[in-house]
Amino acid sequence: MNKKAIQQIIPWVIPICFIVGWQLIAMNEWVSTQLIPAPITVISSAFTLITSGELLYHMQGSIVRALIGLLIGGGIGFILGVVNGLFKFSYNFTDTSLQMVRNIPNLALVPLVIIWFGIDEGAKIFLVSIGVMFPIYINTLHGIRNIDAGYIEMSKMYGLKGWRLFREILLPGALPSIFVGLRYSLGIMWLTLIVAETIATTRGIGYLAMTAQEFMQSDIIIITIILYALFGKLADMLARWGERRALSWHESYIQ
Amino acid sequence: MGEPSLHVLEDRSKEKVENSDAVRINLYHVQKSFGEKVVLQDISLEIEAGQFVVIVGKSGSGKSTLLRLASGLEKPTSGDITFNDIPIKNSPAKATMMYQDSRLLPWKSVLNNVGLGLRGNWQAEAEKTLEHVGLLPFKDEWPSKLSGGQQQRVALARALMHNPSLLLLDEPLSALDALTRMEMQNLIEKLWLDQKFTALLVTHDVREAIKLGDRIILIEDGEITLDIENEASRPRSFTDSSLTLLENNILERIMNA
Ligand SMILES: Nc1ncnc2c1ncn2[C@@H]1O[C@H](COP(=O)(O)OP(=O)(O)OP(=O)(O)O)[C@@H](O)[C@H]1O
Ligand SMILES: [Mg+2]
Repeated sequence: MNKKAIQQIIPWVIPICFIVGWQLIAMNEWVSTQLIPAPITVISSAFTLITSGELLYHMQGSIVRALIGLLIGGGIGFILGVVNGLFKFSYNFTDTSLQMVRNIPNLALVPLVIIWFGIDEGAKIFLVSIGVMFPIYINTLHGIRNIDAGYIEMSKMYGLKGWRLFREILLPGALPSIFVGLRYSLGIMWLTLIVAETIATTRGIGYLAMTAQEFMQSDIIIITIILYALFGKLADMLARWGERRALSWHESYIQ
Repeated sequence: MGEPSLHVLEDRSKEKVENSDAVRINLYHVQKSFGEKVVLQDISLEIEAGQFVVIVGKSGSGKSTLLRLASGLEKPTSGDITFNDIPIKNSPAKATMMYQDSRLLPWKSVLNNVGLGLRGNWQAEAEKTLEHVGLLPFKDEWPSKLSGGQQQRVALARALMHNPSLLLLDEPLSALDALTRMEMQNLIEKLWLDQKFTALLVTHDVREAIKLGDRIILIEDGEITLDIENEASRPRSFTDSSLTLLENNILERIMNA
């Protein structure tokens, strides 16, 4: 075996040992399978959940929530960032307040949100929105403010103003920073959802996990954990993909 | 970079052109201060339409400020500036500017940089202009993939796309190596001879001033202290001893200030 092949295998040694060890522990019942189900069991329950359509149903619930929250919170954050980046008055008027609200962890609002919205969709979407809003706000603001004044002066000289100035100069100039905010927001989005969905729901991955807990189905709990991890990874990959496409002009992406 | 076909520059599409005639510039007792600091004091100057005027002077003497005033980007503290006897802000004449850095937008392709701010079907025209500066093969590249000299040529193409009546050049060549600089001087001269806009160039390089200028103006501490005509025939070469003499005179004048 050559060096290269060994190097490719080495990172996988621990995960494989882990799964083999896990399977051994479960098969020999060194620990109760109620606490630690065998990997095989997890896979077969996952298969059942998928074929019955139950998994898809709950995944849809979570994804829709996440997306609506991201759209609302991200949209508000983006608009506030743009407006405050462009207009001094609006910046002076709102930024200090926004910075104060930003310091409240969004999950600290859970009890209040339950009183306000009850336990239905509104509560969860609200929490996600609040969570994703600030990173996008701050990074959009930062992006707009840091555009080279020379570009703006030059563009005005060449007759760009209003919407065209925004679309051709300000937005692309701020985009790298906005993407940083977006990727940060995606992390917060899933984290908020994990907590929010355990409050009280009838649909969603969190609901799946909570009912599984009541019935001591640790295999399903493990499936939900893996699902959250996959979603987080997938969302980040999508954001990176979008970033590579939108910022293909940027030094870090030019081949 | 091949011999660009210059004739194409003459038959520009009419709808894009607002005013392609060279403009006569007048400054009447122009004064400019930033806060307490007086940068330009009482400058009066007439620049004929189509003239190539070069401004030299030490760093901080107010050359860029004068250019920014002539572009209308900045307003004088007192005094008036007119294009063909019309105050700048009412004038239909168009001024474009080239800077020391190319200011190409990194998120637009070379072609889209050249067409910045234009409407309608400017693409064919932009391709022609890129051809004149020898960069048509690069039209779809990102600006960051071009060398400094190539970037400045794109910036020149962009400035020319607007058919300026006045082209302002603020040390556009000072960041380039000697060979590229000479190439660019020839290119600028050629395009100016062809299009006959009024040109106002700031440079630290006295040879460049003599090579390009019909007229050379020295600014010292915000005042014009030297204003000489240079009627040598073009293209100019420094094998001509009268030019070397002129160069020495100007250099001596700057040094003794
Ligand atoms: N926006 C501004 N605010 C305050 N002071 C300024 C401003 N622009 C220029 N100045 C001052 O005006 C003076 C002349 O500046 P200017 O840029 O015109 O010089 P310059 O002749 O172009 O110098 P250089 O050769 O270094 O480019 C400098 O002392 C500079 O500090
Ligand atoms: Mg200057």
